[in-house]
Amino acid sequence: MSTESAPAPQSGTAEDVKQGPRIAVSALTTNLREYGLIIALIVIMLFFQYTTSGTLFKPVNLSNLVQQNSFIIVMALGMLLVIVAGYIDLSVGSVAGFIGALAAMMMVIWPLGIFSNPLVVSIVCLIVGALIGAAQGYWIAYHKIPSFIVTLAGMLIFRGICQALLGGGSSVGPLPDSFKALSSGFIPDVIGPLTLIPPTVNAAGKTIVGSGLTLHMTTIVLGLIAVLAYAYFGFRTRRKRERHGYEAEPFPLFVVKTLVGSVLALFLVFQFASYRGLPVVLLVMGVLISLFVFVTKRMTIGRRIYAMGGNAKAAQLSGINTERLTLMVFINMGVLSALGGLIIAARLGQAVPAAGLGSELDVIAAVFIGGASAMGGVGQVIGAVVGGFIMGVMNNGMSIMGVNVDWQQVVKGLVLLGAVIFDVYNKNKA
Amino acid sequence: MASTILEMRDITKTFPGVKALSNVNLSVEEGEIHAIVGENGAGKSTLMKVLSGVYPSGTYDGQIVFRGQECHFKGIHDSEHIGIVIIHQELALVPMLSIAENIFLGNEHASYGVIDWDANETRTAALLKKVGLKEDPKTLITNIGVGKQQLVEIAKALSKEVKLLILDEPTASLSEKDSQALLDLLLEFKRQGMTSILISHKLNEVNRVADKVTVIRDGRTIETLPRKDISEDRIITSMVGRSLDDRYPPREPQIGEVILEVKDWSVYHPIHAERQVIKNVNLNVRKGEVVGIAGLMGAGRTEFAMSLFGRSYGRHITGEVSLHGKPLDLSSVSKAVENRIAYVTEDRKTYGLNLIDHIKHNVTLANLSGVSSRGVIDDMREMSVANDYRKKTNIRASSVYQLTGNLSGGNQQKVVLSKWLFADPEVLILDEPTRGIDVGAKYEIYTIIARLAAEGKAIIVISSEMPELLGITDRIYVMNEGRIVGEMAASDASQEKIMRAIVRGEGKKAS
Repeated sequence: MSTESAPAPQSGTAEDVKQGPRIAVSALTTNLREYGLIIALIVIMLFFQYTTSGTLFKPVNLSNLVQQNSFIIVMALGMLLVIVAGYIDLSVGSVAGFIGALAAMMMVIWPLGIFSNPLVVSIVCLIVGALIGAAQGYWIAYHKIPSFIVTLAGMLIFRGICQALLGGGSSVGPLPDSFKALSSGFIPDVIGPLTLIPPTVNAAGKTIVGSGLTLHMTTIVLGLIAVLAYAYFGFRTRRKRERHGYEAEPFPLFVVKTLVGSVLALFLVFQFASYRGLPVVLLVMGVLISLFVFVTKRMTIGRRIYAMGGNAKAAQLSGINTERLTLMVFINMGVLSALGGLIIAARLGQAVPAAGLGSELDVIAAVFIGGASAMGGVGQVIGAVVGGFIMGVMNNGMSIMGVNVDWQQVVKGLVLLGAVIFDVYNKNKA
Repeated sequence: MASTILEMRDITKTFPGVKALSNVNLSVEEGEIHAIVGENGAGKSTLMKVLSGVYPSGTYDGQIVFRGQECHFKGIHDSEHIGIVIIHQELALVPMLSIAENIFLGNEHASYGVIDWDANETRTAALLKKVGLKEDPKTLITNIGVGKQQLVEIAKALSKEVKLLILDEPTASLSEKDSQALLDLLLEFKRQGMTSILISHKLNEVNRVADKVTVIRDGRTIETLPRKDISEDRIITSMVGRSLDDRYPPREPQIGEVILEVKDWSVYHPIHAERQVIKNVNLNVRKGEVVGIAGLMGAGRTEFAMSLFGRSYGRHITGEVSLHGKPLDLSSVSKAVENRIAYVTEDRKTYGLNLIDHIKHNVTLANLSGVSSRGVIDDMREMSVANDYRKKTNIRASSVYQLTGNLSGGNQQKVVLSKWLFADPEVLILDEPTRGIDVGAKYEIYTIIARLAAEGKAIIVISSEMPELLGITDRIYVMNEGRIVGEMAASDASQEKIMRAIVRGEGKKAS
C-alpha cells in the first residue's frame, strides 16, 4: 500500500517547482514545427522577392498567386483529413476535372433553362462531388478495400468521364462572367475607395509610375476586423487557461507571435487593398481554413478522425463508428474536390480535358510538407495550408524567374523530400 | 570452475532529461540461467538494448566484456556475430512467411543470392526438433499460436550459434502449459552448457529456473542473489525497496442485486464459420461484486467479452443480455457504452490506446460528449477531467500532454482504465488488467478495482493469474473451450480447484 504513496507527493512538488521554465521550453518545442514551417514560407517568399526583383509582393502578383493556388489549398483541407484518418485519395485531380466539365456542360451546352444559372450549377456540382466521395468512401469504409486502389480507380474513371463529356480533346466555354467571379473576382467595395495619393499626370498625358494610391476600403476594414479578432481570441484563450490555473505559453512569446502575425497579415491586406481588393476566392479559402481549423482542433468529430488514424481498432472499441467516419471523410473530400474543380474552371473561363491533371500530387505534397504523417493520426490544417502556399510561391516565383517547368518539378520534389526528412529526423531526435 | 562469460561494468545510459541506467553492474557466469527482475521502467530492457547493440557503443558509458574481450557493438549485427542473441517480448517474425523462411531470414543458405530451399528446410527441421516443435518448416507463422512462435524465435536464435541467449519476458503471452514447456527447454539448454539471461515479471518462474537473480530498481543494480537466497518474498522486497506484506488490498464486499445477466451466449468464429467459439455461456454479476473468469489461454474468455461488448468479435452471436432485468441491446460498441458497459482490453497497445496521442486525448476518447456540447470540445473541461483522472489513478507522467506511447506498461494501463472510468460504466469488464505490469502498479490497479466495487459497480475480471483472481474477486467462473465449466465462491476456491474444474470440465460438482 505504501508502494506508491511514498513517491507520489514527491513528484508532485518537484513538478510544481519546475513547471515554469519547462512549460516555456515545451511550448516552443511542440510548436517548433509549425513555427519552422511558417518561417520557411517567409524565407522562401523573401528569397523570391529578391530573385524576382520585387515582383513577388507586387499587389497584382499576390492576387495572381492566390488565384492560381487556391484550388490546391481548398483540396488540401480535405486531403489533410483523409491522410490524418489513415487513407489517401488519388482521385481528387480527376474529380476536379470532371466537375469542371460538368459545370461547363450545364452552363453552356445543355439546354437546362434556369437550371443553367451558375449558382444552381455550383450547388449541383458540389452535391455530385459529395456523391462521388460517398461512392468511393463506401468501398473503403464498409468493404475495407485499400483507399489507394479505390481512388486510383477513381482517378482513371473520372478523368475518362471528364474527357468523354467534353467530347474528346475540345474545351467548352466561355463560361458566364458571374461564374468566373468565383476565381477571378474581387469583393465589391461597399464602403467606397479612399484615394491616398491622387494619380499625377505628366505632360505627355500619362500617369507617373508610383503615383496614385487608392485603397479598397472594404478590404482594409475586413482585414482589420480579422486581425483584431485573431488577437482578441488569442488573448481570451490565454486568459481562460490562466484563470483555470493551466500554464499558457510565456507572455512575451505570445505578444511577439501575435504582433508578427498581425503585421504580416496587415501588410498583405494593404497590398490587396492597393490593387483591386480581396479576391473572392481568398475569402472563400479563409472561411474554409477557419472552419477546418475549428473542426480539427475543437470538435469531437475532428478528435475522432485523429483517434481513428492513430489507432483504428482502439477508436472502434471506444465506441467510435469508424466506418461512418471514414465515409464522411471521403464525402468531405469529394465536396472539396468539386469546389476545387469549380475554381479551376472559373479561373480558366472554360472547361478543358486536362483541368486538374496531376494536381492530386500537389495536394498530397502540400499535406506532407505541412507535417502530416503517412501512417495517419498526425497533421495540422495550418501545416497543410502553409505547405500549399510553399508550393504555390515556388511555382509562382520560379515562373517569374523564368525557370523551366521541368526544373520546377525537380525543385518541388526536393523540397517535399527535404521537408519529410526534416520531420523524421526531428522525431527520431526527440 | 565456472568462468564469467559476460561482465557489464558501470553502465550508465542517459536519455534527454532521464538517467535510465546509472552505474549498473552485471556479471553472468558461463552455463547459468541468470534472471533479471525489476519493476517496469526499472531499466531492464534498456540494459539489454545496451548489451545487444541497439544503443551503439558510444551512446552510453561503461564497459561490456564478453568472453574476456571488451566489446564495442555498433548494432545488433555485431552482437549477434559473437553469439549474443536477444529475443524481444514483441516477437519479430514475419507472419506471411514460413517457419523456415523466418528462421533464416537475412541469413539464408544461398549461393549468389539463389536460395537453397532444401538446405534451409533440412536445417530448420533439425532446429525445430531441438526446441521440441512439431511443425512443418513450410507452415506459415500466422497459422501457429504464440507459444509456438516463441519456439520459432528460439530456433532462430539457435541457428545463429548462440552463446548467450537473452529472453525478454518470454512467457508474457503464453499459457501456463506453454510457459512450463519453455522453461523446461531453458533448463535443457542449460544442461547442454548454454548461458541464458531471463527477464521476467513472473517470480514463480524465476524461482523455478534461475541460478542467480539480479534485481534492478530505478536504473541501478540493487543486488544479485545466489540460488540459495532466491525466494519470491525476498525478490519482491528487493524490487520495491520494502517488504510487501499484502499483495492485495483488503476489501469488504457489499454485494447487491444482479445487474448484468447473460443467458445462452453463443458465438461462432469470424472466419471459420462452422467453429463455435463460445458455447451457451450463462453468467451474472451483481452490484458491488467482483466476478472472475478463470481459464487457460484460448479458453474463449476474451472472445466472450468482446462479443458481448458491441459484437466486436465473432459472428452468428445468439443469446440474451439483460441489465437490471431488462433486455439489453448491445449490437454496437456505442450502444454498449451508452448502456454504461465498459470493456478494458487485454492488449492495450493494439486495442486500448492511441499511442501517438497524449494522455488527455486518450482519457476522454470513450466519452467525448462528457467534455463537449453540440460537438464542440471544451478544452478547459477536458483538461480538468484528464488531470483529475491522472490523480485518481496515479498516472506517473510529466503532464497530461505526455504521449501514451512513452509511458511504461503500468501507466499505460492506468490511462486505459481512466478512459473507461470517465465513461462512467456500471458494468466494467477488465481483461487481464495487470498483464505485463510490475508489482507496485498491480497493487494500484487492485486498489482501483476494490474502490469501484465499493462504489457499487459490477466488475468482471478476466485473468490467467489464478492467485490474482483468488485475491481480488468474490466469485469465480471457470471457462474452458468456450464453456463455463465451473462456478465457485472465491472464499472456497483454490488454484487446485480451478485447475481441476478446467481439466474435468465439471467444476460445479468439485466445489
